[in-house]
Parts: sequence; structure tokens; C-alpha cells
Amino acid sequence: MTHPSRFQRYAPPVVVFFAVIILWEVLVDVLNIQRFLLPAPSVIAEAFFRTFSVIMNSAAYTIRSAVIGFLVGAGAGMLVALATARWTTMREGLMPFAIALNSVPIIAFAPIMNNWFGSTNPMSKIMIVAIITFFPMMINMVRGLTLVEPAKIELMRSYATTPLEVLTKVRIPNSLPYLFNALKVCSTLALIGAIVGEYFGGPRESLGVYILQEAQLFRFDNAWAAIIISALLGIAFYLIILAAERIAIPWHASVDRR
Amino acid sequence: MPPVVSLKNVNKIFGPAERPTTIALKDINLEIQPREFISLIGPSGCGKSTLLRTIGDLIEASSGEVMVNGKPARQARINREYGMVFQAPVLFEWRTVLKNVELPLEVMGVPKAERTRRGREMLRLVELQNFERHYPWQLSGGMQQRVAIARALAFRPELLLMDEPFGALDEITRERMNAELLRIWHETQTTVVFVTHSIPEAVFLSTRVAVMSARPGRISDIITIDLPYPRNVETREHPRFFELVTMVREALRKGEEMKE
Repeated sequence: MTHPSRFQRYAPPVVVFFAVIILWEVLVDVLNIQRFLLPAPSVIAEAFFRTFSVIMNSAAYTIRSAVIGFLVGAGAGMLVALATARWTTMREGLMPFAIALNSVPIIAFAPIMNNWFGSTNPMSKIMIVAIITFFPMMINMVRGLTLVEPAKIELMRSYATTPLEVLTKVRIPNSLPYLFNALKVCSTLALIGAIVGEYFGGPRESLGVYILQEAQLFRFDNAWAAIIISALLGIAFYLIILAAERIAIPWHASVDRR
Repeated sequence: MPPVVSLKNVNKIFGPAERPTTIALKDINLEIQPREFISLIGPSGCGKSTLLRTIGDLIEASSGEVMVNGKPARQARINREYGMVFQAPVLFEWRTVLKNVELPLEVMGVPKAERTRRGREMLRLVELQNFERHYPWQLSGGMQQRVAIARALAFRPELLLMDEPFGALDEITRERMNAELLRIWHETQTTVVFVTHSIPEAVFLSTRVAVMSARPGRISDIITIDLPYPRNVETREHPRFFELVTMVREALRKGEEMKE
């Protein structure tokens, strides 16, 4: 058996999913767990469909901050990485700080951004998302531009090519798998940044504020429904990047080869 | 006609001049005539790859004169007068087989239609015409190396520099590639400088074998291989083949003893 059938491949996770949901439903009932501690899946599902349009209305604001911040942060990270490929001293000067800052929990700056721009100003969330996504993109991209097989550079030298040709024909294509890896990381970080940023204060119609407010009012079923929508948004964002990767770099190992 | 490669008193020292760490090449003198197939053979660290890279101006000699087609090596590189094949195929994973072969033509500004035509011609030469749209990972090691050879020959250089191109292949594939290479050499009328550490490979392929010894790297002997062409499977079983293999082996041993 070399290629498991579609059924064999997808059956186990599907079984696990339903088993957990059923177990959850039964345990909540049998152990008589209070609604505000953990609502049963059926209760959350009911809340999901009841409040869907309200949540999506709030989510639109959050998605907007996440996407704009993502474009600004990842875009800037990419440009800085390209600049450092050209000016080596710039890379040597910047990389230690970039790596150090990348391990800082940047979300801790959210209250400061709210203070700078005003918590209801979209800029406060866009900035947080931009800063969070900047460093992973820059660091990965620099790696992709510099970790090139030395013989490839030698080959280009044997053709007497210019540094610009080495950049466009070797370094940039070489960096694409790193770029997509960074985009995947950034897509998740962008949503986390936007929602958590809103926990520290944001406009009434935003996902973070909605979750916070429903939880404070003990409407945990609604809060859970909004959390599920956040999860689905994160997965959707990730899948968009994955699809783009398949189209952009069909030659790469991370893309399914069958 | 000037020699394709002319080396006069070439030295290469690694490390700072006042405190040299390795004498990689010492007093190398060698002339390679058009249509020759020269192998550089020697133990690891004898400087054979360094010598090859010096001819290609990928490494600069510390002293002496390196001329290619009657010009300094640097000028020959800038004029793109040689093709290079490495031990690894060094294919660009993001390019199809055909696009890999077209790479040097692209860099040289050859128009697209002409590029494709010549790329296909080269793939026919290495018998990979049915694989032009494949990506490198879809090919075996031997096939990848044939793509690398096609790429090196795509712009019809007069000189082909090969750095242990079949070193990573199994013995059976290697012998088949040796025969392939001789056919290609015959068809393209190129001059070849071939680095190897396999004695039978050097004898089977070459018109002359330059035997090198290590620390300092120098040419200790040059053996002319007088086996007739075309060479094929029978050549490997010819008594003269074994004699020449023995001669190269003894020259290698003598080169090592000279040092002590």
C-alpha cells in the first residue's frame, strides 16, 4: 500500500473531531458544568448561527486592520531584506537587532500604540500588526537571499554576471520558499495582533472588543462563537497564502508533488 | 593556433602573504592544445580543483601566467569562453530543465526564440529532449548532471572545465556517462579539462593525464593515453588500458614518494 486512499487519509482526523465534540457535549451534561465555565458545543453552535451577522460585522473591522497591517509590515520587511542583500554592512548592522526584537513579545506594546494613536483609531491596530509581522518577514527573507548554494554563485561568476543579475536570477528565486514560510507565520500573527490589540481597547464594532464584552457580560456562548469565527478567519488567511504558494512556486518541496 | 590553455609558473598560496597557510599550487606549467581532453588526477587536497578554478578565473593565481585562448584568464571569463560543470549539478530548482540549459544564453542576451532552439538542440545532444518541461527534482542524479553538461555547452564554448562531474554517481552510471561524454566531446569538438580521482575514468576519457601530488600541489607527471578512438566497452578490457591504468597508478605513488 503505497498511496493511502482519500478515505484512509481523511478518516482519522474526522473521527477525532466528532469524538471530541461528542465527548465535550456529554461531559458538560453529565458533570453538570456551568454554562459560564464551558458551554456545550450545541449551545455554542446555536449562538454561532444566531449571532453570525453581528460577529461578522465586528470582524470586518478586525480583518481590515489585520490585512493592512500585514501588507505594511510584511512589505516593509521584504524591502528592508532586499536592501540588506545589496548593502552587506547594513545587514551586519541590522540582523542582531532584528533577531533580538523578533523574540520580544511585541503585543506588549499594544497599550502604548493605543496611547499614541488613540484606541479607536485604526492606526493603533495597524501599527501593532505591522511591527509584529515585520521581523519574521525580514529575518526569513534575509536568510533566503543569503543562504544560496555557493556553487550557484560560482556558476554565475563563470558567466561574468553583474551583482544585479545574481540578485534577480539566483537570490530572489532562492528566497521565495522562505518568503512563503514567513507569510504563513505572519498571517497567523496578524490576526493575533489585531484581536489582542483590541482587547486593550478598540472601537465597539471589532472582534476583540466583542469577545471581551460578551465574556464580561457572562454571555460565554456568544464569546465562544466569536472565538470560533476568529479561528476560521485565521485558517482562511493561512489557506490563501498556501494557495498563492502553490501557484507561485510549484517547483518547491513544500508543495505536494503528486 | 595558440594553445587553449597555457599555464606558466603558476603558484597559488592561501592565507596572508607574510604567513601563508597552504601552498595549493607550486610551479604549474601546462599547455593544452585545441581538441585535447586533459584529466587532472591526484589525491584529495592536491589542488586539482584549485587549478581548474584558476583556469576559469574563479580563483586568482598568486603568481605566474594563466592564459586562455591567448588572453588572460580574466578576459576569457568576461568573454564567456568556457563552460563549467561542477561535482553537484548546481541546477536552479525553480527552473525547468530547458530553462536551466537556457540560463547562460539568457545572461548573454540571446533572443528568446534562439535560446529555446539552442536549448532544445543541447537537450537532444545529451538525450534528454523528452524532459524539457521537468523540474530538476524529477530527474535522477545522472540525468541532472547531463542537464548541467548541456547548460555548459549551450553557448558553444571552446573550453569545457569539469570538476569531478561524475564523482557522486554510482559506478555503472558513471561508466555510461563517460561514454556519453566522449560522444559529446567528439560531436562538439570542445577542449576539455577534467578533474577526477578515478584512475580508470581518467585513462578511458583522456588524451593526456596530468598526475598531481599534494602539499605543495604540483604536476608530477604527464602521461599520454594512446588508446585509439572511438573508445567503448571493449576499450576498458583492452590490455593497453590496464597497462595505462598501472602507469597512472605508479605515477601517483611516485608523486607521493617524491614529497618524502
